[in-house]
Amino acid sequence: MNQILRHARYVLGENPVTAASFGMFALFIIAAILGPTIAPYDPLASNTAQALAGPSPAHWFGTDQLGRDIFSRIIAATRLDMGIALSSVALAFGVGTIAGLAAGYRGGWLDRVVGRIVDTIMAFPLFVLAMGIVAALGNNIENIIYATAIINLPIYARLARAEANVRREAGFVEAARLCGNSETRIVLTQLFPNVMPLMMVQISLTLGYAILNAAGLSFIGLGVRPPTPEWGIMVAEGASNIISGEWWVALFPGLVLMAAVFCFNLMGDGLRDIVDPRRRT
Amino acid sequence: MIVLRRLVSALPSVIGVIIVTFLLTRALPGDPAAYFAGPAATQQAIDEVRHQLGFDRSLPVQFVDYVKHLAQGDLGTSLSTGQPVIDELITRLPASAELTLLGLLLAVAVALPLGITAAMRPGSWVDHSCRIVATAGVSLPTFFTGLLLVYIFYYLMGWAPAPLGRLDVFYTAPPNWTGFYLIDSLIARDWETFTAALSQLALPAFTMALFSLAPLARVTRASMLAALGSEFIRTARASGLSRMRIVYVYAFRNAMLPVITTLGMVFSFLLGANVLVEKVFAWPGIGSYAIEALIASDYAPVQGFVLTMALLYVLLNLAIDLVYGLVDPRVRLEA
Repeated sequence: MNQILRHARYVLGENPVTAASFGMFALFIIAAILGPTIAPYDPLASNTAQALAGPSPAHWFGTDQLGRDIFSRIIAATRLDMGIALSSVALAFGVGTIAGLAAGYRGGWLDRVVGRIVDTIMAFPLFVLAMGIVAALGNNIENIIYATAIINLPIYARLARAEANVRREAGFVEAARLCGNSETRIVLTQLFPNVMPLMMVQISLTLGYAILNAAGLSFIGLGVRPPTPEWGIMVAEGASNIISGEWWVALFPGLVLMAAVFCFNLMGDGLRDIVDPRRRT
Repeated sequence: MIVLRRLVSALPSVIGVIIVTFLLTRALPGDPAAYFAGPAATQQAIDEVRHQLGFDRSLPVQFVDYVKHLAQGDLGTSLSTGQPVIDELITRLPASAELTLLGLLLAVAVALPLGITAAMRPGSWVDHSCRIVATAGVSLPTFFTGLLLVYIFYYLMGWAPAPLGRLDVFYTAPPNWTGFYLIDSLIARDWETFTAALSQLALPAFTMALFSLAPLARVTRASMLAALGSEFIRTARASGLSRMRIVYVYAFRNAMLPVITTLGMVFSFLLGANVLVEKVFAWPGIGSYAIEALIASDYAPVQGFVLTMALLYVLLNLAIDLVYGLVDPRVRLEA
């Protein structure tokens, strides 16, 4: 454990951009955990006397049409947005990687079934498929998570399958087999760590994509419902104010959304270096 | 022959798409018949609808029925408008297609030169701006870019018209030939309408372009770099061919292959982004049709929309495959 930490510190020290993105990620996580407790105002409390006030020392990011403090709402929304992104990517990563590894290692009918499912998902424009899934399963946050996980699944399954397929005859796999390891054990202890570095880059990219997808769905009125603070829905609420010049209602949640995606995308290379077994020397 | 083979290879995707959309119709939470009967229906009306829609029969029978209806172009009827879904999709499709295609055209027109120039001068300011565009493009939510552009070009500058649909209310739509206002107004030689339609189209198309520019520029740059560093380019240089010929004939044609493959992903992005951009600009396309239906819990249009988009996407991928074969003679030889 200590060694992994030391290695992580080394990787972060080597690349300032990665370190900055990890710092930003930590900020997002802190905001997600502490949420409403560190927000200066109640994110749901409306105050019509202060409606649509521009950014000021009292309200850093201004107030919306009901006079709610936008800064507080953005902080309160972090938990929901991060929660959706992390849990959907965890689901997609878990199911996709296991299915892909099994398909690539086993081959045969399992490979064909997994391949067919993945191809079918990929035959849809992904955001449109997510819309269809949420519309069919029911309009709530849980289904947003499932939909986002499903559209991200093919990337993991394909990558894991390709890697397992190449490595199933590799020397270290044969050695493990000779030592009497079970097939499941070989997949989990020999193949899985080897696909991790590749997966880490994908995780960081799909985290960004997941958060954009969830925000997009709530922008068109799926999943999260007002008055729940969520970045996508906040941008949607500010959309009508843009035309009359109240830019801050949509701008700040949009910027935070962008910063989150940007941060996720930059984290990829650092994460890969941390988990890569070949670099842990 | 190759075209035929490609068509056959697209069949599994089409079948998969039809099965998934069928399953989505059956997966409606609660009782689907109650949904299709509407919120005010009595138990008797619901039972009637259930029988009418065949929900009281076994799943395989229902599926055959569903495919039969599809073959006749029957996607059901919208609850809120009472119109057949297919008719509304067909009347609204040109609006979406015009927006998406112009967006893609803009993106290609900017991304290719940008990527090529960046690859020819690595480390220059063009290269850096290419990287910034590529990173910013994937991080920016489309709906946010759209709103930002509306604020800058409509509210602050006053250059763009209000983001409310395809044409300002003062203009009448050009006679319908293709459904594309730009082309129709050109056919009618109506310059005023052409300019009006173009000014409405400019911001949403630019929003779409910004979004799809990023992957295109990145792949163009990377594959141009790889092509320029390869042995046949060194040979071409050593043989004294002109720089233009080396870059645009030898390197460019080879570098195009990964770019064409990326177009598949770009189309997936574009068709999804289309929905969001249509909402921002009140664009009367199939995306906003689906959103209106979603809000009204009107499922037939949503399902019709998902199916249409998926079939369009399969067709686009087929087209990409064919273009790939045209550009790369090796693919033709193998086939």
